[in-house]
Amino acid sequence: MRWRFLARRLLMLIASLLIASFVIFGALYLAPGNPISALSGGRALPSASLRVLEARYHLNQPFFAQYWYWLENALHGNLGISITLQENVSSVIAARMWTTGGLVLYASLIILVFGIGSGVIAALRPGVADTSVLVSTSISAALPSFVAAIVLITVFSVKLGWFPALGNGTGFWSSVRHFTLPAIALAISSLAIVARVTRAAVREEADREHVQTAISRGIPMRQVVRRHILRNAAIPITTVSGITIASLIAVAAVVETAFSLNGLGAYLVQAAESKDLAVVQGISLVLVTAFVLINAVVDVLYAVLDPRVALGSRAQ
Amino acid sequence: MSGGSRLNSLPDRGAPSEGQAVTVPAGGEPLLSVKNLTVLLPVETRERAVLRDVCLDISAGEAVGLVGESGSGKSMTARAIDRLLPKGAQVQGQIRFAGSDVTGLAGSQLRAYRNRVAMIFQDPRAHVNPVRRIGDFMTEALRTNLGVSGTDASRQAADMLSQVGIEDAQRRLHQYPHELSGGMLQRVMIAAALLTEPALLLADEPTTALDVTTQAEVMAILDELRGRYGLAMLFITHDLELAAAICDRTIVMYAGQVVEVRRSELLHSDPLHPYTAALAAARPDIGQKAARLRAIPGRPLSAFEAPATECAFAPRCRFAEDACHEAVPPLTELDGGLSRCVRVTELRGQLEAAHA
Amino acid sequence: MSTAIGMASRRVQARTRGGSLGLLRSTGIAGLVSAAVIAVATVLAVFGPLVAPYNPDLPSLGQAFIGPTGAHILGFDFEGRDVLSRLLAGAQSSMIGPLAVVAGAMALGTLIAVVTAWRQGPVDTVVSSGLDILFAFPGILLAVLAAAIFGAGLTAASVALAIAYMPYVARVLRGAALRERGQPYVAALEVQGASGTSICLRHIIPNMLPLIVAQATIMFGWAMVDLAAISFLGLGVQPPTPNWGVMISENEPGILQGYPLPALAAGLCIVGVVIAFNVLGERLFEQAQAASR
Repeated sequence: MRWRFLARRLLMLIASLLIASFVIFGALYLAPGNPISALSGGRALPSASLRVLEARYHLNQPFFAQYWYWLENALHGNLGISITLQENVSSVIAARMWTTGGLVLYASLIILVFGIGSGVIAALRPGVADTSVLVSTSISAALPSFVAAIVLITVFSVKLGWFPALGNGTGFWSSVRHFTLPAIALAISSLAIVARVTRAAVREEADREHVQTAISRGIPMRQVVRRHILRNAAIPITTVSGITIASLIAVAAVVETAFSLNGLGAYLVQAAESKDLAVVQGISLVLVTAFVLINAVVDVLYAVLDPRVALGSRAQ
Repeated sequence: MSGGSRLNSLPDRGAPSEGQAVTVPAGGEPLLSVKNLTVLLPVETRERAVLRDVCLDISAGEAVGLVGESGSGKSMTARAIDRLLPKGAQVQGQIRFAGSDVTGLAGSQLRAYRNRVAMIFQDPRAHVNPVRRIGDFMTEALRTNLGVSGTDASRQAADMLSQVGIEDAQRRLHQYPHELSGGMLQRVMIAAALLTEPALLLADEPTTALDVTTQAEVMAILDELRGRYGLAMLFITHDLELAAAICDRTIVMYAGQVVEVRRSELLHSDPLHPYTAALAAARPDIGQKAARLRAIPGRPLSAFEAPATECAFAPRCRFAEDACHEAVPPLTELDGGLSRCVRVTELRGQLEAAHA
Repeated sequence: MSTAIGMASRRVQARTRGGSLGLLRSTGIAGLVSAAVIAVATVLAVFGPLVAPYNPDLPSLGQAFIGPTGAHILGFDFEGRDVLSRLLAGAQSSMIGPLAVVAGAMALGTLIAVVTAWRQGPVDTVVSSGLDILFAFPGILLAVLAAAIFGAGLTAASVALAIAYMPYVARVLRGAALRERGQPYVAALEVQGASGTSICLRHIIPNMLPLIVAQATIMFGWAMVDLAAISFLGLGVQPPTPNWGVMISENEPGILQGYPLPALAAGLCIVGVVIAFNVLGERLFEQAQAASR
């Protein structure tokens, strides 16, 4: 039964990626003017370069053939050439991937540790802890990352001088210092959502009848919390954590721009502004792939955690 | 009160055996002794009594039925005995098990008590953790509280499963609850409860959620296991007939109070409270002709709606007099049973006939 | 009128009893305060440029980043313009984009939800799977892509976001539409010969209105955040048009120089209005769920 679920999920994964890549590729044709002008971003290029573009993108072939060539190239790591930088898109991506990856990882850690942690504490210890978590999450849930960014810079960088405001930093610990404020800005509203959902899930689970059964059999409370309450609440908690972490991928672009980090997102924005379509397509493909992969992993985790799932993806 | 139990498929009760105690056990204290139990719960910022002055005794190996409508407090009584009351509940009175008071127990002593008193619930699907395997569910108490090894515990669990009539026990232990039917899951719950070898089993409407055929099977299993392991049992139900079928004595509750305790076979022929008589009469009998169903006028009171100054059943009782409205009637002993009716001595004999 | 139809129309009437004012009153203090904030923001969106005390567009570089003074309570921005005036004028572009996004996503999403719920069968399966796949595109990413193709601007960004939000709306409303579809009054109407379209338009959608309104309100908040982010990135509303998101990015250098007020003030406006929409939307959502039980 589980294998059917996994197979179906894998199929949907591949379909999503294919369709997403198709949309990204097809964007070339949605642009006003012809593909050449879109690829050159409206710049005047020497005819030699134009011929190279034509050959590379197989522009004299039918549409689907072009898509096929593009996709094949992409799968081999060849994503074209950046008009503005005159470099391979893939090498640009490779250089900046670690910045974005590191930022998202750092923010994910913050969300998981503080989000789930505060949610569990608020649920299991009603009173002061609970109220303070509720209040702080109400406020931070509404903080978009760029607003959080400027507040953090104002308070912690300019006023207090604890963290640097802009740039990547060199070396491991310097990078950690440089990435801390951006990671917090990226994590803060997601953290609030995860904390609230965790709190609700743990509270709901604690009220369930099967917990009463365990207590009535004399199982120590610690073990009841661990094996019955938290274990069962892990299902919705994992789902919501996974979804919020996946959404970090897109929002990272905003944070990178605000803090002048040279990540994929920041470069995507610059490429969009300068209409460097090859770069936009390449980075979009990478980001969408990551997003789809993380969502698929969340679905699989859900099936692993909840043995009642036989077919279909998570309920909501 | 309705529900059809297939009485003809249940074991024959017969007369109570020689020397078997009815209310006061001959020879020592009863296994479970509840005296003047009053439980208060905070309901909408006020303290409300959900149980008033409940008294009951269960001897070792005895099966006692606890019958009442919704809101009568029967589930609450079982929870009070098992110390499973919701937060904020205030308990007054005494609950003694095997000679010692259990209302103040905590920590490891409370857990030890919970090993000796087992409880099974009404809806097995809600009461079993859906994400853990059956084997895990069954052996958890053994492994945690009694330190039994994993393999030994599984062996005992498989053994107990076959005793409750589940074949292919080894395979079942590896399955998840959603793969079993409601009836099977209830049997699993019974088997799991018995693994710790409790002295008392509290059964909170274990068959209400099951269909009639399964109900009969589960009742038969309970009765057989009780005999085999010498279990005492408190069987809670809303069905008077069902309780009478496997229990020697039956306790009737109304509005959070005990109104009658009686030997089961005398409940129909010689009830000691108008409410019991009305309940018995309200149940349609297939051999009877009736133009209308005999319902009890009015609606059943919940425990916290019961007045503190008169008999709770008086407003609905056809035999009510002024004396009934003056004070809450006390529980009085009569003919080996208990009754909370001030007019019981004069009404005896009329109660059954009035509702014939 | 037959019983079932009578029941159905009574349900719709019951929901609108007391009118929208009654609905608002039942959302509590928080709901009322939020509604007030939204009302103020809407008024500013329409009349902002007229209400602004100073010209929001005229740069005067000599006054750049001067702090609050008596006449200019919020000081000057990076080009020497009065911050308060820019905020008031910026309400327009900050609110109109989300409005377009919500209108587009809700209209399309409702249509798809009701059609798939009505037809069910293979149409439903195909469309639902298609929607699941569309979830692959986060809104901001689609907007950036649109900006790269069509050029930066509010229109492209709004359309992209509407397309990105639509699958979510369709999924939420499809559940509600399926529930309505299964109600007995629908079967009664079908038996009496009413066409699918008329049943959907005159009965199913009106009965889903509380949920639709609640969803639209919450979505307005999300759209505002996303559009402000896109404008912050420089791919949405273009300067010199006043816009809260753009104000944050163009005044960010001021923070490092010790003049955080212009950027923070714009951020506060965004957060304030978004919280108002979130709170009101959540209250309306609770009501919609309570009503459908």
